[in-house]
Amino acid sequence: MKPQRFDATILTLCFAFLYIPIIILVVYSFNASRLVTVWGGFSLHWYQVMWSNEGLMDAAWVTARVGVLSATFGTILGTLAALTLTRFPRFPGRVAFTGMVYAPLVMPEVITGLSMLLLFVAMNIDRGFWTVTIAHTTFTMCYVAIVVQSRLITFDRSLEEAAQDLGCPPVKTFFAITLPLILPAIVSGWMLAFTLSLDDLVIASFTTGPGATTLPIKIYSQVRLGVTPEINAICTILIGLVTFGVIITSITTKRAEMRRIRDEHVAIRGIS
Amino acid sequence: MAKSLGPVKRKFSPWTDPGAVPFIRFENITKRYGDFVAVNNLTLDIYEREFFSLLGPSGCGKTTLMRMLAGFEEPSEGRILLQGKDMSGVPPYRRPTNMMFQSYALFPHMTVEKNIAFGLQQDGLSKPDIAARVEEMLKLVKLESFARRKPAQLSGGQRQRVALARSLAKRPKVLLLDEPLGALDRKLREETQFELMDIQHTLGLTFLIVTHDQEEAMTVSDRIAVMDKGVIMQVATPAEIYEAPNSRYVADFIGDINILECAVTGNAGDCLRDGHPPVVRLVSNGLDIAVEQECPVTAGDKVGFAMRPEKVRISLDKPADTTVNTAHGEVWDIGYLGDFSIFLVKLEDGRILRAAQANVSRLVDRPITFGDSVWLTWPLDAGLVLTR
Repeated sequence: MKPQRFDATILTLCFAFLYIPIIILVVYSFNASRLVTVWGGFSLHWYQVMWSNEGLMDAAWVTARVGVLSATFGTILGTLAALTLTRFPRFPGRVAFTGMVYAPLVMPEVITGLSMLLLFVAMNIDRGFWTVTIAHTTFTMCYVAIVVQSRLITFDRSLEEAAQDLGCPPVKTFFAITLPLILPAIVSGWMLAFTLSLDDLVIASFTTGPGATTLPIKIYSQVRLGVTPEINAICTILIGLVTFGVIITSITTKRAEMRRIRDEHVAIRGIS
Repeated sequence: MAKSLGPVKRKFSPWTDPGAVPFIRFENITKRYGDFVAVNNLTLDIYEREFFSLLGPSGCGKTTLMRMLAGFEEPSEGRILLQGKDMSGVPPYRRPTNMMFQSYALFPHMTVEKNIAFGLQQDGLSKPDIAARVEEMLKLVKLESFARRKPAQLSGGQRQRVALARSLAKRPKVLLLDEPLGALDRKLREETQFELMDIQHTLGLTFLIVTHDQEEAMTVSDRIAVMDKGVIMQVATPAEIYEAPNSRYVADFIGDINILECAVTGNAGDCLRDGHPPVVRLVSNGLDIAVEQECPVTAGDKVGFAMRPEKVRISLDKPADTTVNTAHGEVWDIGYLGDFSIFLVKLEDGRILRAAQANVSRLVDRPITFGDSVWLTWPLDAGLVLTR
């Protein structure tokens, strides 16, 4: 076998391994048949069924609200943590603080979920929408902290000094200079937090209560009773949303990069 | 492009006037970072409208000193007075100083216009006032047609001008410039040096510049402070620093120089020429040197003899004049610089002396070449004795 053909085969196998399950899921979501594994012709029937399944729709709505709220809280807390870690090289308890910020990253989800559950029980808090949101905020903020921190490390502090030198007090400097410049990192931190919250099953199932079933929990419990094609349908929509998000993000960053390169060429030639 | 040169520079030397009140005063300033002493018990006066340079190698404390004046660092000991007012505890945003950063620190998300307007907005000026000032600043740095550009769309030289305009927009009492021309190429740097002097003179501001480039400091400054390891070695005008350095360090740091280690053989106060100082006699490894200089040294003292290469004459014949200093050697290397040639002459004991000669004729083949036996001569007032 020629090396080139060998390479192509390996590549095809790898892609097949990664994407065939997803393709099968998408294809079967358009299946007319009730049986998940038998192709019965093209149909949008299961999308209609899914739409009218109130339990599934409620779960989707809960998930979206939990995602938006926890991603937002997580982003605010994560950004503050990142600022603390990059701006204050020495303070009492810094090592402990760093450890606690990064702990959820390496902690098994089961343990995070269980300890949250124990906390809520001990505090005598009724479990439901808000407990899931709090739990998700806790574990997503560390991801945001990492994303924002990596941006802050490369941030040129002399920009802030220049603003202060020109008469701008520190808090105003943060909102006028620092925040606009680290905003892309904060936005991607938010997106990451939202995605993590969206597909979390373990922590959510520990911390949820009656009336606050998230989509992953709903899907998981339905699958245990047997896979129905409407699950395929809602998963296809999720995949579609995520793909759309990824493509939009990459196109906008690519465009911004192209514009920057063009601007620099213009600047070098000195044409306005 | 026609360039207006402004008024002729008048003689300016407030530091020689004992009654003059310093505009900026660094009083016994010490700055420590842990065990490292960046600035060590330093005292310095700078006068109004002065163009003052802090010159030294990296790590000598010059940038720290400037950052303390801007308010980014607080001195560990001592105080800074600006117009007689103690600046301790005054944050950077309340100081009447503005700084031009080495990296320019232009706000990348704002246009040139907005960058320049930023400081004025902080002062709460009205919109028409800001617009008028921004326009004036753009005109000053000749960037009128670039107002709507973002910093990324400008060349290095243009960014430097925006940074200058932004730091000048608020009419600070003192403008601090941190290695302002470091990132520019040589030609642009020289042009900009003269423009800076022009702007400083027109606006009548006090400029404090930090640089490691001695040529830059010599060109632009009224006075220079040469720094080393957190202390000031010498504060003087460029000409004084060049012609009368007070130590081996300053002599060596500024320009090209020959330094010979010598022993004093006599300082009897004998005058060889009327109207000149008495002669100090030195010997350096068998080479006798006479220097006209008032100098408190006595026989046996170890001193340095410093002499600029352009003050040494080089010739193929033994000089007839016996009143000058002479040394004999052979040409070891020649550096042709276009306007000047530097001859490296190896003395009989192996030491190298440099002699510079202006290339006044257009001969391509120089009369003196490698391996020639030559005589170096220099008058009694060409060099000086360094005790430090």
